[in-house]
Amino acid sequence: MTTAIAIKDLRKTYANGFEALKGISLRVEQGDFFALLGPNGAGKSTTIGIISTLVNKTGGSVEVFGRNVQTHVFETKLDLGIVPQEVNFSQFEKVGDIVMTQAGYYGLPRALASERTEKYLRKLGLWEKRNDRSRSLSGGMKRRLMIARALVHEPRLLILDEPTAGVDIELRRSMWDFLTEINATGTTIILTTHYLEEAEQLCRNIAIIDEGEIIENTSMKKLLAELDQQTFILDSNGHIDSLPELHMENVSLHKVDEHSLEVTISGGQSVNQVFAVLDKAGIQINSLRNKSNRLEQLFLAKLTRDSN
Amino acid sequence: MNSSHKLIAFQTIVVKEVRRFTRIWVQTLVPPAITIGLYFVIFGNLVGSRIGDMGGYDYMDFIVPGLIMMAVIQNSYSNVVSSFFSQKFQRSVEELLVAPVPNYVILLGFVAGGMSRGLAVGAIVTAMALFFADLRIEHPLITVSVILMTSLVFSMAGFINAIFANSFDDISIIPTFVLTPLIYLGGVFYSVQLLPDFWQFVSGLNPIFYMINAFRYGILGTSDIGVSWAFIILSIFVVILYSACIWMLRRSTGLRH
Repeated sequence: MTTAIAIKDLRKTYANGFEALKGISLRVEQGDFFALLGPNGAGKSTTIGIISTLVNKTGGSVEVFGRNVQTHVFETKLDLGIVPQEVNFSQFEKVGDIVMTQAGYYGLPRALASERTEKYLRKLGLWEKRNDRSRSLSGGMKRRLMIARALVHEPRLLILDEPTAGVDIELRRSMWDFLTEINATGTTIILTTHYLEEAEQLCRNIAIIDEGEIIENTSMKKLLAELDQQTFILDSNGHIDSLPELHMENVSLHKVDEHSLEVTISGGQSVNQVFAVLDKAGIQINSLRNKSNRLEQLFLAKLTRDSN
Repeated sequence: MNSSHKLIAFQTIVVKEVRRFTRIWVQTLVPPAITIGLYFVIFGNLVGSRIGDMGGYDYMDFIVPGLIMMAVIQNSYSNVVSSFFSQKFQRSVEELLVAPVPNYVILLGFVAGGMSRGLAVGAIVTAMALFFADLRIEHPLITVSVILMTSLVFSMAGFINAIFANSFDDISIIPTFVLTPLIYLGGVFYSVQLLPDFWQFVSGLNPIFYMINAFRYGILGTSDIGVSWAFIILSIFVVILYSACIWMLRRSTGLRH
């Protein structure tokens, strides 16, 4: 399998002495949907900045599809699409012009640039806004415009730095669908996000970065399998008066209120057995949900462990 | 990126720049026209009629080349400095920096944008001058070459200012405290022959003096200096400023962390 991005011993120390990256190494395979997670100031944006050549590295190397970003600047840039964390287009230009201009920077002839501009503005629901000034767009629209702009030259690797920050849930889910579709066509995607459910939903592999170091780099499945204990909230339409005795190891049951229960399961126990006991006791469960996001639990556990 | 891709990237930057200054034409094209128009009326017509001849020409005819040149210099410079700094300030320059556009294409694109505005304003001022003066071009080739090279030099100077600027104050300091005095003391309104020897020598240290005089020579056929000096100085400035701009872009001065 081709490696989309290979980072080796990447280091960055800013002029003020702050060491943002302390020698990170990372590989992302072609076609992957990869999550790069970490708390604020962990080094995610610096890493993306170095990949996109907006930040100068202090040491180490970055290869995009086997080519060094420093020695093969133009070739690697053609393969890269960047969606930055902050809005960075001119607020005075029209939506269509912003995407067309970006296409021009990549040397796309006008006819092809127009075609691609229409394609991506339509896909991202911005075609009707093409003649509007970008400053008139809502926050969510501005984020989508940055995605359209990053895709206009159809890069093989798309890097999104918190693309759904401040976007409402409906829009976020439509963006997830869009990104899944883009990934299915073969585009490798690297995503940083603070919405861990987003990373869990979309990404197959994950790296967690903290204080400039990679503290976890594995597949999402393996990482989630580490989670030994899960807590579910069970909702019932009926009135729950008393709790039945479970007589089960590694399972605890609590009443949250008259209509909800909280069950904590560990050690590979099945939730089916809990349902059977509740059913016998005449408690009908209508719905089940995780008390908190699984990845979020792991993420916090990893960061806490790391800081200890 | 092959040469046709580079050409498209160059055209894209130029079109974007031209679109910018024409979109805000009330701020970019009208004020210099009004200012220079006032110079024509006040200095040329009202005061000039009392001055009489200057350098063997009617005073109005004498100041027209300098005023055209002043408009070209100021607008070439301010277009590049304000546009590039605004893009740095809004971070939209990142669009360009992440794209596979060579540094020299970035530079030439912005410079061509600056020259477009400088020459557009120069054309407006020249058209206005026709109402006040009997404008004939004695040496068209010299006139065109001097104005193109001057516009090129000041567009590149504006680019360097923008690279170093960290605030909007930084982009107005050089035009206010350096460019304007050099233009005014560069012989726009007078012939240096009127000055004492010492001040004639000091004027000779001002590069804009050579540009204005060469342009005046192109239009009127008279100059305080040998025109070849102007071309030598302009050529030196073109080489130095181009090299400085490329060096700064390569080092990412003020652009990358």
